[in-house]
Amino acid sequence: MRVPLSWLREYVDLPAGETGRDVAARLVRAGLEVETVEQIGADLKGPLVVGQVLSIEELSGFKKPIRHCFVNVGDANGTGEPQEIVCGATNFAVGDKVVVVLPGAVLPGPFPIAARQTYGHTSAGMICSARELGMGDDHNGIIVLESHHEPGTDAIELLELTDEVLDIAVTPDRGYCLSMRGVAREAAAAYGLPLADPALLDVPPANSYGHLVKVADPAGCDRFVARTVTGIDPNAQSPIWLQRRLQKSGVRPISLTVDITNYVMLEVGQPLHAYDRGRVDGAILVRRAEEGESLTTLDGVQRKLSAEDLLICDNSGPIGLAGVMGGASTEILDPAAGPGTTEVIIEAAHFDPVSVARTAKRHKLPSEASKRFERGVDPEAARAAAQRAVDLLVLIAGGTAEAGVTDIAAPHPLRTIAIAADLPDRVAGTEYGRETVTRRLQEVGCTVVGTDVLEVTPPSWRPDLTDPYDLAEEVIRLEGYDNVPARMPTVPPGRGLTEAQRFHRRTGVALAGAGYVEVNNYPFVGEPALDALGLDKDDRRRRTVTLVNPLNDEEPGLRTTLLPGLLGALRRNVGRGNTDLAIFEMGTVFLPKDELKVAPRLPVDRRPTDDELAALDAALPDQPRRVAVALAGERLPSGWWGKGAGASWADAVEAARTVAGAAGVELTVRQGQLAPWHPGRCAELLVGDRIVGHAGELHPRVIKALNLPERTSVMELDLDLLIADGPQRVSGPAVSSYPVATQDVALIVDAKVPAVEVEAALREGAGELLESIRLFDVFTGEQAGEGKKSLAYSLRFRAADRTLTADEASAARETAVAAASARTGAVLRGA
Amino acid sequence: MSAPNKSYDPVEVEALKPEVVEQARDAAFAAFAGAGSLEELKQAKVAHTGDRSPLALANREIGALPPHAKAAAGKLIGQARGAVNQALAKRQAELEAERDARVLVEEAVDVTLPYGRTPRGARHPLTTLAERIEDTFVAMGYEVAEGPEAEAEWLNFDALNLGPDHPARSMQDTFFVQAPDGSADSGVVLRTQTSPVQARTLLDREPPVYVVCPGRVYRTDELDATHTPVFRQVEGLAVDEGITFADLKGTIEQLVSKLIGDGLELRWRPSYFPFTEPSAEIDLQCFVCRGESVGNPDRPCRTCSSEGWIELGGCGVVNPRVLVACGVDPNRYSGFAFGLGLERILMNRHNVADMRDMVEGDVRFTLPFGMEI
Ligand SMILES: [Zn+2]
Repeated sequence: MRVPLSWLREYVDLPAGETGRDVAARLVRAGLEVETVEQIGADLKGPLVVGQVLSIEELSGFKKPIRHCFVNVGDANGTGEPQEIVCGATNFAVGDKVVVVLPGAVLPGPFPIAARQTYGHTSAGMICSARELGMGDDHNGIIVLESHHEPGTDAIELLELTDEVLDIAVTPDRGYCLSMRGVAREAAAAYGLPLADPALLDVPPANSYGHLVKVADPAGCDRFVARTVTGIDPNAQSPIWLQRRLQKSGVRPISLTVDITNYVMLEVGQPLHAYDRGRVDGAILVRRAEEGESLTTLDGVQRKLSAEDLLICDNSGPIGLAGVMGGASTEILDPAAGPGTTEVIIEAAHFDPVSVARTAKRHKLPSEASKRFERGVDPEAARAAAQRAVDLLVLIAGGTAEAGVTDIAAPHPLRTIAIAADLPDRVAGTEYGRETVTRRLQEVGCTVVGTDVLEVTPPSWRPDLTDPYDLAEEVIRLEGYDNVPARMPTVPPGRGLTEAQRFHRRTGVALAGAGYVEVNNYPFVGEPALDALGLDKDDRRRRTVTLVNPLNDEEPGLRTTLLPGLLGALRRNVGRGNTDLAIFEMGTVFLPKDELKVAPRLPVDRRPTDDELAALDAALPDQPRRVAVALAGERLPSGWWGKGAGASWADAVEAARTVAGAAGVELTVRQGQLAPWHPGRCAELLVGDRIVGHAGELHPRVIKALNLPERTSVMELDLDLLIADGPQRVSGPAVSSYPVATQDVALIVDAKVPAVEVEAALREGAGELLESIRLFDVFTGEQAGEGKKSLAYSLRFRAADRTLTADEASAARETAVAAASARTGAVLRGA
Repeated sequence: MSAPNKSYDPVEVEALKPEVVEQARDAAFAAFAGAGSLEELKQAKVAHTGDRSPLALANREIGALPPHAKAAAGKLIGQARGAVNQALAKRQAELEAERDARVLVEEAVDVTLPYGRTPRGARHPLTTLAERIEDTFVAMGYEVAEGPEAEAEWLNFDALNLGPDHPARSMQDTFFVQAPDGSADSGVVLRTQTSPVQARTLLDREPPVYVVCPGRVYRTDELDATHTPVFRQVEGLAVDEGITFADLKGTIEQLVSKLIGDGLELRWRPSYFPFTEPSAEIDLQCFVCRGESVGNPDRPCRTCSSEGWIELGGCGVVNPRVLVACGVDPNRYSGFAFGLGLERILMNRHNVADMRDMVEGDVRFTLPFGMEI
């Protein structure tokens, strides 16, 4: 809602020095969201005056018509002599009153004006168009004023070129503030000043000889006022003040009748519609549409109607979408295109907000009218609004009001709300007292009676006030939030973070400590991203949760793996020249349940049952939390200290161990095979028998398809599964202080035997004396033998209660080797 | 070596003559003093303290002396050998100190060499900002609650007093999940706020409830410098007996003081949210210009767009209808709720000009934030 300050002052006698910013600050504290205060004409500087065209000489020989004029500007030019001006517009004649800007002035732009030579003449100023004056951009020709204005009169004031406009974002509960009347009411309360209510008008009572209206659906339309005005001059123009108010409010002037209906809507908040009476066929009927009916609306679009649409009809059928947009067949006619409209029926009705909202949404037709009806229009303002339109048509358009007044009103029970007088105190946590509460509610427009319990009748323009808390809010708001004290509640002791929450934090810290940088990617995916990962047609990860209205049609799904987003971020970084990369992401993936269900709409007037709530959860996808890493380039950089190391599958596996370490969980690793990993370089990650993720190098095809650096390696694991067994409490080990006995052993095994199995066998064979085992060398090649590999381990033995003898250590080593050879076919190297 | 001989006069043994012993000792002193290196000292040591050194040889003669002569000779030789060893140790220490000084100088390095061997990582500032806010509330006794991002429409809207035809519902530009029949009527959306987590908490347990709910939320905005369709919120909820708007004010003031600092004015603007009543928007005085840029074109402020205020978030007293839908008796309990947008706070607290930097995952953006902010 755009509110010109000059217009607002018509209803509230604001202090003279009050600026737009001052008023905005007051309104903001009362709860109106003033987004901007626009200074209209702030860079405009006169002299800008009314002029009368004395002579016009058409110049020829130029590419476009050029006029050499003399204009009477009174004494505004200091000499009283006619002003010589060259003009490129042609929509004026000798004798016309126009707007002249004189040398020394500055037009919006800023565009300083000076006398100059052009087309062989002196041009000392300009004859102005609306666009040049910042009055709107849809008028090309220059402004021709009504003839009664005196030459030399200041046009800045005449055309109301300077003003301040408050742009207010109206929240859905304050529909009444979509009008000058509503904003003025708030301004009056904020300043403690009286309000001149523009809806307080003398209105003749309803009678039986107005235009015939029948309402077949009183639930959809509980008020319908119709008035008729005849004898309108179709060529009458909207006066400047009316055009200016509309323009400043962001509404384009169209024709006098339409401008008046728009003006009254802005002023009172009641949307009006004007029908050309000559084109309305018989009585007006308000009813729901029938399936298959259609209507061509004012915007020229033919619309198929739904049975839920509320219509305004005449004998010919639908002539309007109630509260949304009128029909083309009864539109006010433009006099430029034939005989103009001379008789109109003004409709001021009240429609059901939900019905209007649905129709506007269904036909994608958000209009100024529907916006207001959706948020609630004052049903009691309909008569005054119609009267105001009639008055203006009579006054400005030379019309005659017919005596008939149609007013159909469904009975409206008075809404009364009982509120404990101390409820605002209890909600705010302060003491206002009953008198303040009563006074504030009266300022809002309520009728208040009672003492401890107040019986409050909200005003007709506040349909949002329905329960005691709504009223408490009004009191607290008007008393000012700044005046509510600040206090801390007494919070009972909490349990702190959960184990899982602490683990999630540790995971982030551990990975960042290991050199990974966290990224957060959007969870949107599409087929191409999953294709690029080389997923099989029936891979479960292709089954995504799908959005109806994705941001990007290429990515309608929600991720089932973190990898597409993470690899996208990797590539983006590489593209920006960040070559050595280790990044990670933690977040949820979305896995549709086997059986897809619809989440029911549960009641809100009670707590749903546990079964009802379970039905909600049953319709949601599983959303486990995952972590993933991606690496490329050098993991350990080369430098003066020596050679570095490229990121590899082993780093990806190590990242999983880092996360498992943060979880305090023992991770086992075995050879795996899963897209998008390299079939020979994919580790399956397990906790016990449970697969929790995969790590390794990407398949070369995936690297190529996604244009990633060679040997890019990734890990993804499920954090929920990782800690599914709950926290493991560590028992403190007994640390022996006896000396250690170290024995090395080199084993030859088949190249296909996993190292992890050899180690497990050695551990088991070595028995209790084994303290630790470390693989310190691996090699393949001639020395190991064809298809074999050599694994060299360092075994450390130690006893809890004595110094081991060399024989004891050797014996343990031998049983370890024996177990390895029995279980994995290992042979001692050199044996 | 001579055999023991009781009749011999010890003086007759040449090697044990005091002047000979003295001579040997002095020769050792001279040799040690003359040794210019540890190597030379080692040779002198062998020559003057070794098995074949004069004093060692003299010592052996003592055994052959008659018993009455042994003590005096032993003392003589012992004193001489002691003095020699002392001189050796002293010289040894001197030479070692000299060598160390030389070697340490040779071993000096340029300690300013850059050492980028251990790559550095970092956590995303939005993550650590959320944690900082969580910690502020955990310290007050709150708990941290989380919930699903793909959420039931009923929990995201209806339970929060946003009925199917509520105008605010269309305001929110929601992502709808496709139903099995391909329509939008799945009853599932990407949550537009973390408030459904609050509803879940209330449905789950009896008051008193004091929780903060951090998480990602979704709206169908296009990504630009100040908008992102996927963003982070931290919402808070307190439901207890006698909770008032005043408690909300105190709590928010406490948070701002911990998160941003003291001495900045807060502005409480009445606003509208269906799930709270009364509702407020909280503005924080711009900590860059402290409002001095307002109406002052000579001193424009980028941080607050010369408005003087920065939007912090929305809040209010929980609408009793929400309590009813969540099974809480509104006659006994009341509550407050607030919601903060983390991207905006990060932009203001850390001078981030473009929201896209938080989204795109460029490591150069995230690295400076380190492990905590
Ligand atoms: Zn600022």
